[in-house]
Amino acid sequence: MEIVMSAVIGLLFAVAVYLMFSRNILRVLIGTLLLSHSVHLILLTMAGLQRGAPPLLFLEAGSYTDPLPQALILTAIVINFGITAFVSVLVYRTYQEHKSVDLYDMRGAKDE
Amino acid sequence: MTLLHIAVLAPFLFALLVPFLFKYLRKIHTGWFVMIVPLVLFIYFVSYLPTTSDGHTVMKRFEWVPSLGINFDLYVDGLSLLFALLITGIGTLVILYSIYYLAGKKERLNHFYVYILLFMGAMLGVVLSDNIIVLYVFWEVTSISSALLISYWYTKDASVYGAQKSMYVTVFGGLTMLGGFSLLYVMAETFSIREMIAGSDIIMNHELFLPAMILVLVGAFTKSAQFPFHIWLPDAMEAPTPVSAYLHSATMVKAGIYLVARMTPVFGGGAEWFWIITSFGIFTMLWGGISALRQKDLKAILAFSTISQLGMIMSLLGAGSAAFYYMDGDNALYTTAILAAVFHLINHATFKGSLFMVAGIIDHETGTRDIRKLGGLMTIMPISATLSVIGLAAMAGLPPFNGFLSKELFFTGIMNVVQYDMWNGDTIGFILPVIAWIASIFTFTYSAIIFFRTFRGKFKPDMLPVKKVHEAPIGMLISPIILVLAVLVISIFPNMLAYTVIEPAMMSILPGILSEGSSFYVDIYHWHGINLELTMTIGVVIIGTILYMTMDKWSKLGIYQKEQDIITTVYDYGYDALIKGSQLITRAQMTGMLRDYLVYMLIFIVGLMTYTMFRFEGFHFSMENASDIDLFMYVILATLSVTIILLPKVNNRMTAIILAGFVGFLVAFIFTVFRAPDLALTQLMVETVSVILFMAVFYHLPNLTKDNIAPLTKSINIVVAGMSGLMVTFVSISAFTYGQMTPFEAISQYFIENSKSLGGGYNMVNVILVDFRGLDTMLELLVLGIAALGVISLIKLRVGESDDV
Amino acid sequence: MINKPNNMMFRVFIRLIAVVVVTFSIYLFFSGHNAPGGGFIGGLMTAIAILVMYLVFGVSTIKESLPFNYTYMMSIGLLLAAFTGIISWIAGYPYLKQFFDYFQLPLFGEVELTTALIFDLGVYLLVVGAAMTFILTIVEDDS
Repeated sequence: MEIVMSAVIGLLFAVAVYLMFSRNILRVLIGTLLLSHSVHLILLTMAGLQRGAPPLLFLEAGSYTDPLPQALILTAIVINFGITAFVSVLVYRTYQEHKSVDLYDMRGAKDE
Repeated sequence: MTLLHIAVLAPFLFALLVPFLFKYLRKIHTGWFVMIVPLVLFIYFVSYLPTTSDGHTVMKRFEWVPSLGINFDLYVDGLSLLFALLITGIGTLVILYSIYYLAGKKERLNHFYVYILLFMGAMLGVVLSDNIIVLYVFWEVTSISSALLISYWYTKDASVYGAQKSMYVTVFGGLTMLGGFSLLYVMAETFSIREMIAGSDIIMNHELFLPAMILVLVGAFTKSAQFPFHIWLPDAMEAPTPVSAYLHSATMVKAGIYLVARMTPVFGGGAEWFWIITSFGIFTMLWGGISALRQKDLKAILAFSTISQLGMIMSLLGAGSAAFYYMDGDNALYTTAILAAVFHLINHATFKGSLFMVAGIIDHETGTRDIRKLGGLMTIMPISATLSVIGLAAMAGLPPFNGFLSKELFFTGIMNVVQYDMWNGDTIGFILPVIAWIASIFTFTYSAIIFFRTFRGKFKPDMLPVKKVHEAPIGMLISPIILVLAVLVISIFPNMLAYTVIEPAMMSILPGILSEGSSFYVDIYHWHGINLELTMTIGVVIIGTILYMTMDKWSKLGIYQKEQDIITTVYDYGYDALIKGSQLITRAQMTGMLRDYLVYMLIFIVGLMTYTMFRFEGFHFSMENASDIDLFMYVILATLSVTIILLPKVNNRMTAIILAGFVGFLVAFIFTVFRAPDLALTQLMVETVSVILFMAVFYHLPNLTKDNIAPLTKSINIVVAGMSGLMVTFVSISAFTYGQMTPFEAISQYFIENSKSLGGGYNMVNVILVDFRGLDTMLELLVLGIAALGVISLIKLRVGESDDV
Repeated sequence: MINKPNNMMFRVFIRLIAVVVVTFSIYLFFSGHNAPGGGFIGGLMTAIAILVMYLVFGVSTIKESLPFNYTYMMSIGLLLAAFTGIISWIAGYPYLKQFFDYFQLPLFGEVELTTALIFDLGVYLLVVGAAMTFILTIVEDDS
């Protein structure tokens, strides 16, 4: 399972990076989203998958899944949400100011 | 924290008050308040004189970073006390002088006195610290305050240039010195100079001896303006004259001398120490003398003269290290050089300080320092003229002034080298006295130039910016008068200093080599009979006079037409090349495109990872502990893979959003399968809100277009993306396998065991978030809050609407 | 945005759904300490419920009926979270140390009360505020 997951994570990462190489700022935005997914999954996979019950003590299971990566990922998801929201608003404002979503056109070549 | 520590920190503490004094008590010149500090400190340090002249030392400890052996230890012995007295004594006079030099109404006195106090405290720290790391910190503060003072009149280009140059040179030297100190620590395993001296045998025989010595010496040479690092000192003359008198002649430039003297017991027994210091010193003396003759600016002449004199003291310290080789402190043959060095150090501070102050007076009263415009000031400024005659005579080494006494000792000390039967002193050592003698001729000549070109000759009032030239106000004259009086007193009673200041200083430069019951030979006489030294002095006077008389002839030579030092040309060229080169590199690399930066970073990371994997056999692969795969997971993962592969090809913005959202929901599903209900819920919610957000944003934006990327770039993109993906896969597999292999206990066990008993909750993830790792969550909230504030300021407040974003 | 007149059924049902979603979100918030849920999840779900209402009824209608200032809500949330930490700090414990105990309350029976719940309430308020701010600032931006 972990090996297959790792392969999928690699694919997610590769596509995310590829999208971030794009000229279009919207694709970059989607790329960052995918990148965060891949990072979340990597954290989960590292600890081993499907080992024991969910980390809820009232289940009274013999072994539980590692709760620490989950806490880390939860934090990461929320922070990533904040960042994504900020970047999307930035994209929106950039388009308003420059009337372009092409990163090549937005280079600050004017005052150099 | 003892009184001694407070004394060192007092200037820093007082510096905090200066801006308020300047702001609220503008009627009184700020200098009057500031002057109290060095005056009190001077009196305080004088109280140590009986202690050190009895041969005792004082050590005060204040623990700073004891775990690293870095302590704010202060150590008072003859050498450090001598410097402390110079710093505070000259400091008092310089501040008194500056009160009249800098007009209270126009100048930014608050800045000036803060910098001066900063320097004073740092300099005291340098000379009193026993710990080399503390010494280094203070050392760099002197460099910074020096640069700040040089650029005091920052609207002048020359000031900024000079400040920058001094900063580059001295900070470069400081960093090099830090390297040397680190090597010293490696060898001696202590930061304390005291302990290093005790363990100098280990250092002497260590293979790092030479590198450490050279690195430390670069620091000392840059600070004390030794060739070829002397170039910053003439440009530092753009500073206000009180600063030149204080930092750039009397104290700061002597920090290098101090360091060499302090380190003599550590390195002194080596031939390299002797030859490097002596030859650099003597060559600097010659170079400074030759260069001084070219200058047309009074302060520039004095600057090169300072370089020359510093070289002289440096060479004496080098020659005196022979005493360590022979381990013989009783024989004056080896110790006279050190005696001369310490004595001349004091003399130089007195006469050069007064000369700088007089140069400042001339500049202040006539408006120029150019010797081509000056002349005939003898009758107009008689007091200044008298002061400079004495100062110049001392500098030129004319009897009976103190400069003569130390020059005689200098000749003796340097000529003794010929009798050293070690390190080829007896074969090629004769070059040293010859160069010393030639350099002394130049000293005589430029002293003559200063006097005759400013005070004698024709008065040229039409060439001066100031119309009515008159003698300086008495306040301005007090400080140079005191210094000249000091010159006279030392000239008449040289032995007054010999046993109180000079001998203790010699004992700290050359510790532990005196035989029981004996003492250093420190008697200083005017008359030794007609000997070689006296003959040399007479020769200097005769040839120097001839040189001055024939000046009109030889000054037409090519080398005397250029005022600029050749090393400065090299520096300027190198500086320009550095800036151009780095601009070139930056332009080539900083394309302003996100894609390029990402490519650099990813290639580097992939390279680093690949290297690590091969080098440390970091890759682990084992199917052993892997869990089984349910059939439905194949379907899920296949769907996920197809979706993400499709994503880059989509050209409709809404489709792209929906697909991205779909990926998010699939990830939420994966979380569910992998026993993470909290994550799944959060992911679902976040994905929902994100999709709504994207809808709102993308609604206003144009549709996606096909990327117009060159084929080569595109293939590079694909390769880099693929490589990064592979790397992530490998890292993930290795991390998992390695985690299963190693039998260490995961910290998670703690949370599993304690979340009920300590956190009072059954949901471990939530307990970790709100209890065990509450601070993380707190900061996470802060991030979210800041992001929201950023959004508000971007949209509602329209930050930067007028700017070109 | 979507504000068509002929969606009567939709409008009626969405009110019911929104109420259910908000209730469920509050349940999730309270159960967080012992079951899946908590401040983040509850907050996000509440935000979704409000957003759904916005989608159906339009910006101006909801702004009247739910006159929250989401910026204040965020600040209160952040202060609340920081405040619980400071209490334990003043009491001489490490910053953000949480306490809990079991109480016998009428009607509810034995109930566990924790300071972590106050902290989580801060999280909840901040998340609702932030999520709403992100979207509303864009939606309300006319220019």
